[in-house]
Amino acid sequence: MSGPSTYEPKYAAAKWMDQRLPIIRMGADFMTFPSPRNLNYWYTFGGILALCLVVQILSGVILAMHYVADVDLAFASVQRIRRDVPFGWLLQSMHAVGASMFFLAVYMHMFRGLYYGSYKAPREMIWILGCAIYLVMMATAFLGYTLPWGQMSFWGATVITGFFGAVPIVGESLQQWLLGGYAVDNATLNRFFALHYLLPFVIAALVGLHVWALHHVGQNNPIGISEKTESDTLSFHPFYTVKDAFAIAVFLVIFAVFLFYLPDALGHADNYIEADAMKTPAHIVPEWYFLPFYAILRAVPSKLFGILLMLGAIVVLFVLPWLDTHKVRSMRFRPVARWFFILFIVMCFILGWCGAGVPDDIAIPLGKDAGITFYRLGQAATVYYFAYFLVILPILGLVETPKKRPDSITKAVLGENHSTAGLAPAE
Amino acid sequence: MAFKTTKNFILGAIVAAASVTGIAYAAGGGVESDYKMEHPDWSFNGPFGKYDMVAAQRGYKVYREVCASCHSLKYVAFRHLGDKGAPFYLADFENPNDNPYVKNFAADWTIEDIDNETGDVIERPGITADYFPPIFPNDAAARASNGGAIPPDLSSMVKARNNGADYVYNLMLAYGSPIPKGVEITPGLHWNPVMDGGKIAMAAPLSEGLVDYDPVEINDHGELKTIAAPEATVEQMSHDLVQFLAWSADPKMEQRKSVGLMTLIYLIILSLLLFLSYKRVWRNVKH
Amino acid sequence: MSENQPEDGSKRDFIFLATGAVTAAGAAAVGWPLVAQMGKAADTLAAGSIEIDLSKVAEGQQLKMLWRGKPVFVRHRTPKEIAEAESVDMADLKDPETDDARLVAGPNGAVDPKYLVMVGVCTHFGCVPVGEQGDYDGWYCPCHGSHYDTSGRIRKGPAPTNMVIPPYSFVNETVIKVG
Repeated sequence: MSGPSTYEPKYAAAKWMDQRLPIIRMGADFMTFPSPRNLNYWYTFGGILALCLVVQILSGVILAMHYVADVDLAFASVQRIRRDVPFGWLLQSMHAVGASMFFLAVYMHMFRGLYYGSYKAPREMIWILGCAIYLVMMATAFLGYTLPWGQMSFWGATVITGFFGAVPIVGESLQQWLLGGYAVDNATLNRFFALHYLLPFVIAALVGLHVWALHHVGQNNPIGISEKTESDTLSFHPFYTVKDAFAIAVFLVIFAVFLFYLPDALGHADNYIEADAMKTPAHIVPEWYFLPFYAILRAVPSKLFGILLMLGAIVVLFVLPWLDTHKVRSMRFRPVARWFFILFIVMCFILGWCGAGVPDDIAIPLGKDAGITFYRLGQAATVYYFAYFLVILPILGLVETPKKRPDSITKAVLGENHSTAGLAPAE
Repeated sequence: MAFKTTKNFILGAIVAAASVTGIAYAAGGGVESDYKMEHPDWSFNGPFGKYDMVAAQRGYKVYREVCASCHSLKYVAFRHLGDKGAPFYLADFENPNDNPYVKNFAADWTIEDIDNETGDVIERPGITADYFPPIFPNDAAARASNGGAIPPDLSSMVKARNNGADYVYNLMLAYGSPIPKGVEITPGLHWNPVMDGGKIAMAAPLSEGLVDYDPVEINDHGELKTIAAPEATVEQMSHDLVQFLAWSADPKMEQRKSVGLMTLIYLIILSLLLFLSYKRVWRNVKH
Repeated sequence: MSENQPEDGSKRDFIFLATGAVTAAGAAAVGWPLVAQMGKAADTLAAGSIEIDLSKVAEGQQLKMLWRGKPVFVRHRTPKEIAEAESVDMADLKDPETDDARLVAGPNGAVDPKYLVMVGVCTHFGCVPVGEQGDYDGWYCPCHGSHYDTSGRIRKGPAPTNMVIPPYSFVNETVIKVG
């Protein structure tokens, strides 16, 4: 919905600049970007995520000034940051808790996109770029988790790089090439640090493309009906800047509660023990944001197939725009799909729960010493995860009758008999 | 768990939610045992909790006289003991390197060094800038002296176990509980149901009256007070040790909580103002 | 001039093709060092061998030594464990291998079933299995629940193969050299 630019340079210097590098125009157009007037709080997570990226890059660059990427010194350097560097305890916690907050926000953002059909034409590229950002985020989080060189860092890195060992024929060579040795060691730590520093800037670049694509086709909205007239939209500033700012402040309250009062609640105690190549911790589980994928990995008793399934769980997101063929975007008007969507979210939580559990333990007791194990429950949830994308959405695309939809955003907001007169912002 | 305030309750709820998702595990486990974990109401729990500095001072003595024969504290420096929020902080000595307690404690340890003139390895008394020295020269020596098990470093022990404070406390108390049927304890190992798997290489370290507690002098708002030494029971020593190790694992806790309180107050005011701004900007706009 | 055009065209095509090919070759030549640097460095490759004195491992005990960044297990097996390892039906195994095939002959040319030497790394994702545990009295991997028998063979769980036997030889009656 990028209409013609309305920016007019007021001062001579601004005019001079505008003729040579229209960067002020770009900023001004960004601030006055016409946004649907009916965006709800679920649409504030984009702004929250931008803040998360800034927090992580800023705290990360500072931590890199104090961190030492060497197997003999890495753990001690993190201890020094926590104990001696002025406000090091704050910045280190901020970075670690910030990663969790980043994923929390990204999952909200993704669920919102899934519910309101934000991946559908013409927004496929926004969605695919978003999936790419998520993928690079996961890589960055994994690489970063290795750096403190605790027990979970080491064994997490060993298990994840072990995935590459499952590739037929070249697996072992590929794994050792990635590690730079026979096992996770100094070479691995150093390259992980280098890449962990690099990838956030790749994310920033992808975010640029993501926002560019968004501004090219315009935002989706809760009713999924494109903007038609000027009365359907509001200027981004001040309407959405203030709404996003409020949401960010509330998000920061939650962030601060974890940062200051529960800094270790989302981490693992084992990571306060220095890496030991001779001893694997008894309960090795990834960070909470990877647990659903971990459950999918463990859902099949085969190494290669488990990895393929886990990769498939991410790949399927990329092709979603072509799997859900229903013409109606928002699930507000898809009474059947909505229930399957709610069940999908429940299943994602169940997968996370199974990822944290010991596979052979009983998850749901049925009588004495019997019940459904985490392994079986995880399998069931995995089946639903894939069925949702590969079976349910394609079939519903053909058969589901949508509810009656309003003609436009304006009519949805004001009712059918509106006059555009009362709609202009009064400021 | 008892919740003193609503805030404690909310935090408790978050922790409970976290444990439901499997993020936190209970300590111990893996073995059937009659031992009941005790969960003392630690002074440092909760959003306003602080370390019991008098107990932590006694805890240092327990560490020095008992634990330190095997366990290092390598990420802690002597000067840390006199930092703000540390057990031996004195308001008159903002620079912990001038703190008389810290100086005395440092001098009480022997530090290996190199003689600047001859290059020989020498031993000298510690100074405030030194870190707590390693107990064994290397891992192999530690293993050789301890029947194959390396005594872990205690700097972050309370954070390195789930519910670490309760874990350390109960580990000290659980020695001597009856060995369940079918469990075989090989020589060099000891039964302790709190330890993962139940078998631990460390023999019971504490016994009644092992440490000779001194009275502790504190400055209570400019008034010097003497706190009499309690009886050195195993429970008392374990409690004091946990206070000390909780501090060594998280020396910035008090600063963290006070900055946190300021930050939360600020953020809540900011949220409120932003909400009012939002209402004002949108007041005539239907959406 | 027009009759010369086809020849011109083909000549131009050839030049473009050649230019493209030479550029691609150059890019590949530059790319290779960039890829190869990630591999094992000379010092890593040179990571030496270790010698282990078997006689120091008491019956029923296990020694762990770090070799190439991975633990090597030396287990002095009890007669019961040896009997269990030898009595397994090959048809029950996921990765069939006799116990003898997993041992190396000593200086006298015979294998000694007492000492099992293997890389103590689970073949699933590389965790270190815990000894004397699991359903087969051998090793159990805490990461994803693979069970190994007293010969280090995979019996249950997601691991695809038996634990690896490192290259080793006897220096004398009791000392082995791994690597």
